[in-house]
Amino acid sequence: MSDEEEDDLILDELDDGELVLQMHDDLYDGMADEIAEGVNILLKRGWTPYDILTKALVEGMRIVGIDFRDGILFVPEVLLAAGAMKRGMEILKPLLVETGAPQLGKMVIGTVKGDIHDIGKNLVAMMMEGAGFEIIDLGINNPVEDYIGALKREKADILGMSALLTTTMPYMKTVIDTLKEQGIRDEYIVLVGGAPLNEEFGKSIGADAYCRDAAVAVETAKEFMARKHNQG
Amino acid sequence: MPTTLILACGALAREVLALIELNGWQHMELRCLPAELHLHPERIPDAVEAAVRAARGAYSRIFVAYADCGTGGRLADRCKTLGVEMIAGPHCYSFFEGNEAFAARGEVTSFYLTDFLARQFDAFVWKPMGLDNHPELRDLYFGNYEKLVYLAQTEDAGLTKAAREAAERLGLEFERRFTGYGDLQAAIRAYKV
Ligand code: B12
Repeated sequence: MSDEEEDDLILDELDDGELVLQMHDDLYDGMADEIAEGVNILLKRGWTPYDILTKALVEGMRIVGIDFRDGILFVPEVLLAAGAMKRGMEILKPLLVETGAPQLGKMVIGTVKGDIHDIGKNLVAMMMEGAGFEIIDLGINNPVEDYIGALKREKADILGMSALLTTTMPYMKTVIDTLKEQGIRDEYIVLVGGAPLNEEFGKSIGADAYCRDAAVAVETAKEFMARKHNQG
Repeated sequence: MPTTLILACGALAREVLALIELNGWQHMELRCLPAELHLHPERIPDAVEAAVRAARGAYSRIFVAYADCGTGGRLADRCKTLGVEMIAGPHCYSFFEGNEAFAARGEVTSFYLTDFLARQFDAFVWKPMGLDNHPELRDLYFGNYEKLVYLAQTEDAGLTKAAREAAERLGLEFERRFTGYGDLQAAIRAYKV
C-alpha cells in the first residue's frame, strides 16, 4: 500500500476546517499530490471552486509569502509550494470558468529585457490569477515592443514588469517613457516589482506602484481597479 | 602595521589576498563578510555598515570590496554616508571581466561561475537552490539558460574541470574565459594611491 493511499484516508477523515488547515501545511511543504487530493475532496463536499482557490490555496501561499519575506523560507521552498499550488489550480481552472468566478481585470506581465529571472514574476502571475485576474504572461527578456504590443492586442488593464538585476531595473523606465510618448500611459495601471527595487524607484520612473511581494501586488491591483471603475 | 582595511565579500577573499601578495601592498589587511550574503543582498548594507563602524578605530582607511551585488544602489548610498569607497559595477561577474567589456557583451542567457563559485559550486549554487534534494527544480531555475561561462581569475586546471562538471550537472554548454582580476585589481590599486 502506498503512502498516498494512507494520506487519502487521513485527509478525507478531516472536517472541512481541519482539511483546509492541513492543506495550508501541505502547500507550505510543497506536497503537490496532497494538494490535488485535498482540492478533489473539497469539490466532492460541494465547495465552490472559487472558495477552494481562495481559502485553501491562495491563503496557504500567502503564509508561504510571509515566511519567505521574513527569511524563514528560501527560494526552493517557495518554488515547491508554488508547484503544489499550480497542481491545485490546474484542477480548479476549468471549473472556475464554468462557475462564473469573479473577473477583476486583465494583466500583461513579464521580466524586462536583459533579465531572465522569473521565479518572482511567475509567483505574482499565479497569485493574481488566483485572485481573479486574467494573466497574459510574456515570460522573460522582454523588449518594450512586446509589452506595448500585448497591452494593445489584449486590451489589458494592468502592466506588470519584473527585474532582479540592478542593470535591468532602469529598462522599466524605458517602457513607461515609451507609453508616455505614444500618449497611452494613463490607459494602464503600471505595477513594478523585483528584489532590488523599492518604493522610491517605482515613483521615480513613473510607475503607479512598486509591490514588495505577490500579496501586495494583488491588493494593489484590486485597489487600482476599483478606483478605475469609480472614475469610469 | 596595516593601515588600510579591505572589507570584502567572502567570495573575494582569495582574490584580494592574492592581489595584496602580488602587489606587495603590505599596509593592507583583509577582513571578510560571509559570502552567503550574496543570496540575501537586502542584508548587505547593514552588515557592511556594522563592520565599517567596528573597524574604524583600528584603521586609517577602509575600502569596501563589494560591487552593488543586487542592493539596487542601497550599498552605494550607505557607503557614501559612511564616507568609504566601494567597487564600481553591478556584481563580481561584471568587474572581473571589466565592467565596460561585460556590459558591451550584452549576454543574457549565460550563467557565470568565478573561481570562488567553481570551487564552492555545491555550497553556493546546488544546495541553496535545493537541487540536492529536488533535482526536478532544475528546469525552473535553468530552463532559460544556454551556457555556463566560467570566468577564470587564475590558470587552474582543477577549477576548470570543476566548472566543466558544474555545466554538465546543470545541462548547460560550457565556456571558459580567462579574466584575471579585472577591475578588482584596478579598484584597489586606484584606492591605494
Ligand atoms: C534564484 C536566483 C537566481 C536563479 C534564477 C532562476 C529563475 N528562473 O529565475 C539563477 C540561479 C538561475 C540566477 C541566475 C543569475 N543571477 Co540570480 N538570483 C537569484 C536569487 C537568489 C533569488 C531571486 C528569486 O527568485 N527570489 C524568489 C522570488 C519569489 O522573489 P522575488 O524575485 O524578489 O519576487 C518577489 C517580489 O520581488 C515581487 N515581484 C517580483 N517581480 C514582480 C513583478 C511585479 C509586476 C510585481 C508587482 C511584483 C514582483 O513579488 C515576488 C513574489 O513575492 C537572487 C538574490 C535575492 N535574494 O533576491 C539572485 C540575484 C538576483 N541574482 C543575481 C545575479 C548576478 C545572477 C546572475 C548574473 C548570476 C550568475 N552567476 O550568472 C544570473 C543572471 C542571468 C540573467 N541574465 O538574468 C544577483 C543580482 C546582482 C545585481 N547587481 O543585480 C542577485 C541579487 C544575487 C547576488 N547578490 O549576486 N539567479
